[in-house]
Amino acid sequence: MTNHMVDLRNTDVCFLIGSNMAENHPIGIKWLLKGKETRGNTIINVDPRYTRTSKVADIYAPMRSGTDIAFMGGMINYILQNDLYHREYIQYYTNAPFLVREEYEFNDGLFNGYDGQTRIYDGSTWDYQLDGEGNPVKDMTLENPRSVFQLMKEHYSRYDIDTVCAITGTPRAKYLEVLETFCATGAPDKVGTICYAMGTTQQSKGSQNVRSYAVVQLLLGNMGRPGGGTNALRGENNVQGATDYGNLFHILPGYLGSPVSTTHPTYERYLEVQTPASGYWVNTPKFMASLLKAWWRDEDPAVSYNYIPKREGAKDYSFMNMFENMYKGEIDGLFVFGTNPMVGGPNTNKEQRALANLKWMVQSDLWFNETSEFWSYQAFDRPTAKDEYGLLTPPEIQTEVFFLPACGVYEKEGTASQTGRWVQYRWQAALPAGESDADLYIYDKLAKAVKKQYEGSTRPEDEPITRLTWDYVFTHDHTADIAQVDLEINGYYVDDPSRPVEGFPNLQADGSTACGCWVYCGMLELRNGEVHCKPKNRDNRDTSVNGLGIFANWAWSWPLNRRIVYNRCSVQPDGVTPWPGDEKRVLIQWNAEAGRWMGDDVPDFGATVAPDAPGGTNAFIMLPEGVGRLFATKGSMREGPFPEHYEPWESPTQNVLSSQQVNPMGLFWEPEKQGRPEDYPLVGTTYRVVEHWQSGALTRNQPWLSEAMPHMFVEISEQLAFERGIKNKDQIIVSTSRGEIKAYAMVTKRLRPMMINGRETHQIGMLWHFGYKGYSTGDPANRLTAHVGCPNSRIPEYKAFLCDIRRA
Amino acid sequence: MARMTNLYDTSKCSACRGCVIACKDWNQLPGEVRKFSGSYDALEDTNGDTFTIIKMLEHEDPVDGLSWNFVKYQCMHCFDPACKQVCPAGVYSITEWGAVVQDLDKCIGCRYCEYGCPFMIPKYRKRVDLSTKCTLCNDLVGQEDYRGLPTMPACARTCPTDALVFGERNELMRQAEDRARFLQANGFPRATIYGKLELGGLNKIYVLTDTPDKFGLPVDPKVSGTISGWQNWIQPYAAWLIPLALAGSAISFVTTRLLANKYGDHDEAHQEGGHE
Ligand code: SF4
Repeated sequence: MTNHMVDLRNTDVCFLIGSNMAENHPIGIKWLLKGKETRGNTIINVDPRYTRTSKVADIYAPMRSGTDIAFMGGMINYILQNDLYHREYIQYYTNAPFLVREEYEFNDGLFNGYDGQTRIYDGSTWDYQLDGEGNPVKDMTLENPRSVFQLMKEHYSRYDIDTVCAITGTPRAKYLEVLETFCATGAPDKVGTICYAMGTTQQSKGSQNVRSYAVVQLLLGNMGRPGGGTNALRGENNVQGATDYGNLFHILPGYLGSPVSTTHPTYERYLEVQTPASGYWVNTPKFMASLLKAWWRDEDPAVSYNYIPKREGAKDYSFMNMFENMYKGEIDGLFVFGTNPMVGGPNTNKEQRALANLKWMVQSDLWFNETSEFWSYQAFDRPTAKDEYGLLTPPEIQTEVFFLPACGVYEKEGTASQTGRWVQYRWQAALPAGESDADLYIYDKLAKAVKKQYEGSTRPEDEPITRLTWDYVFTHDHTADIAQVDLEINGYYVDDPSRPVEGFPNLQADGSTACGCWVYCGMLELRNGEVHCKPKNRDNRDTSVNGLGIFANWAWSWPLNRRIVYNRCSVQPDGVTPWPGDEKRVLIQWNAEAGRWMGDDVPDFGATVAPDAPGGTNAFIMLPEGVGRLFATKGSMREGPFPEHYEPWESPTQNVLSSQQVNPMGLFWEPEKQGRPEDYPLVGTTYRVVEHWQSGALTRNQPWLSEAMPHMFVEISEQLAFERGIKNKDQIIVSTSRGEIKAYAMVTKRLRPMMINGRETHQIGMLWHFGYKGYSTGDPANRLTAHVGCPNSRIPEYKAFLCDIRRA
Repeated sequence: MARMTNLYDTSKCSACRGCVIACKDWNQLPGEVRKFSGSYDALEDTNGDTFTIIKMLEHEDPVDGLSWNFVKYQCMHCFDPACKQVCPAGVYSITEWGAVVQDLDKCIGCRYCEYGCPFMIPKYRKRVDLSTKCTLCNDLVGQEDYRGLPTMPACARTCPTDALVFGERNELMRQAEDRARFLQANGFPRATIYGKLELGGLNKIYVLTDTPDKFGLPVDPKVSGTISGWQNWIQPYAAWLIPLALAGSAISFVTTRLLANKYGDHDEAHQEGGHE
């Protein structure tokens, strides 16, 4: 989230798309509902299905799965055609006035630079025109036909209301109601927020979906202001932490790029390539040197850089490709911690077969689940004989499986980073049950055992392990090692290892500081000679003057306890004047006397950079050009500078906006298994319910929650049920080209057929929580989904696929 | 002590069922996997091991279109409870702050209360031969939590959206009336309160966004005339009627067995691998 949960109460209009917030963030939605009382806000919910969230929303509009960009493109067009954008905001805080190079063009669904053979774009010409000094050329009148503003206007002119509604299936009147209500937040005294979740990201163009929201928010002047923002509602607590700490193959902790063998062969080259000329990332050498010092304290960063394994440039190490490689027999062993891919992974029929090719697998979880038991007879039980990837029996599987019992979150101590970037400390509430223990303890033992294996080795190739700094002291109650890990994450001075670094501006490139994750630098401080962990702060008094709910002393928020990022935008470019009519929602202001920015929030800006100094309006400090990108330059978005609508990989219809049916750079495995509408006429999607958690490994083992939501079901409309002769509570088979599952039919009024490009189309939806273990059991919906994904994030397309149903 | 009660505002409820689980947790009630109900309401009614449920009712109106009405359902803690009137064993009493509570040591499992209750709330817990229901967390109210704040029923303490709050009835009634007026002016013309006048007053207040029937609540709940008449008649003889009632309990055991077999819910769930 650019903003945070409490801030939702400051909004005038909340646009919830791709999120069933009431269901999946039942605590978070209270702030929206509070805002209903205090501000009289309006909540808009767009979803294929009328959900618990739709019930608490003021406006509900249906939309076919996988058509977000069409929906938002129509909104962008509506904003531009009706002059509803926040003019001064986009002039100063976005790249709307920037002129784009002449080579850039867009033609019938394709941007320039596309290689049809490799299906890859060369985005190097998607860039600004530069003047003699290398600065981007701007036209503040926004009239120049090569300005981002005019190019955008032209690009989205095709997204007229009728075309959009034909694609999305939204009734025209409803669509207009949504447009009018949300676009009204373009007025300077109104602020709207967009909240989204996995319905947005889990598509073959998920990243561009998110971008389409960000573009709308920039146009309406809603970024960096209380009650605004583009807010990702994270699907799991601490998943924010997982990305911050680099649990993805392409990044190291703190979003530093992970080194590639060809482009970053040496430390010098890495810094050269990764450090831009302007923007906050100019500090990359400081962050990288400190990270290397945290890992190999006694080594010069230029040397220890060589200890980091480098990835092969073109190779895809992400989840789906990892399973593809496993399926081909290229991977020997796998660690599975706190995840249950046999329920949660896409195309689980294939992934289950892939696991059987492993020599060994280690799983750590609270209970035995569908993944730890993937080799059992039950695991290969299928409702029908349809078998796409080969069913095995236990004697045919040679994988050796180890199970490490893990304890629950309340049985261990540490921090969790929630969706609003708040890092909150959690104390232990109960002792771990049985032999179970915390991940930290398990990893500590593992690392020490590995180090022991290499003890005494003098071989240079063993140095990454023999020289590794791993000196955590394990105490029985786990507290000492957590303080040590905290200190390493926060950063310390190498010559005074007990002294925390005060904040990332203090990190050094010369190896004198060590820091495990620079964005978390500053979460510790020295108080009366003791190290104080700010995530333990629990002062629930609002620290803002105007009751904006900043709560600066409740936990700690990265970066530097900033609660709302880009907050320079909450005041006019002059740095002092509030947006007209919005005096109460100013976060920071320039104080000329003091010569610094002051206010309720920590400035997301150079603390002493005056508004009239060079770069004094560059509110987006992480970007080299300092302004929000309506136009994404230089291939930073792989499939183009503007989000463009393409149909999902499996779609019931033709793309009517261009002859490009699917994302030109989408990731598609098994093209022969692409479902066709003749065979699979229904649009399917998957989702969760409040009673269960993710793959259900926790909740299906909990009797009360199992009682509250005991069975796998598929929601279908009354019309579809009538057509197919299916009654409520009937058992049905759902099929795709990849597999079949059995489930109960839930016939409901909350889903309706949609008119898509002139044809009545049915959308169905199902839970993905179930598996065969635990008290409440059912078939995993992911036996139906495909290995198809977004080229930017490599997230699978769980949310839109073609399927069919019949009575079981 | 003033009357203390819950105010439940259906316009704020997101049906997260936190209250249902909190109730199970505080009262340590078992869970059981039942047959598929055909809707989000896995539990369609309270039962001997479930004192409160959230119903999610789909409703389609030719004018207003689709609505999904969420309603919390549990004992209403009537001012003049029928269960107390009909119980031959003196199980029921009313606390000084208004909770209708049971002394289960006295319960003989005759199930008169269940049939007497206009909301059919007390439910028979077969394995122990008792009729049970919501206690308004009588064992929790009137104490202090770790912060020194007054404790409240588990459901109200859990509710994240403040759809369910706990406090003095007079104060909450005022809030409820304000809220109903606000809703009437803001898109819910038929918004109303429930529990003020029904049955002479309930110690549970509801703010409804529509008429009570849209929430599965009886519009004008009534205690059957025979019950009150009968109660007045047996009161003097209650003591010697108990052995008779015990015999009745034996009969009821047989009849409930028959009923259970007829509806077949519990036993089948067990055959399907149900869990308690
Ligand atoms: S806890 Fe509150 S919001 Fe959740 S179901 Fe109960 S009353 Fe509704």
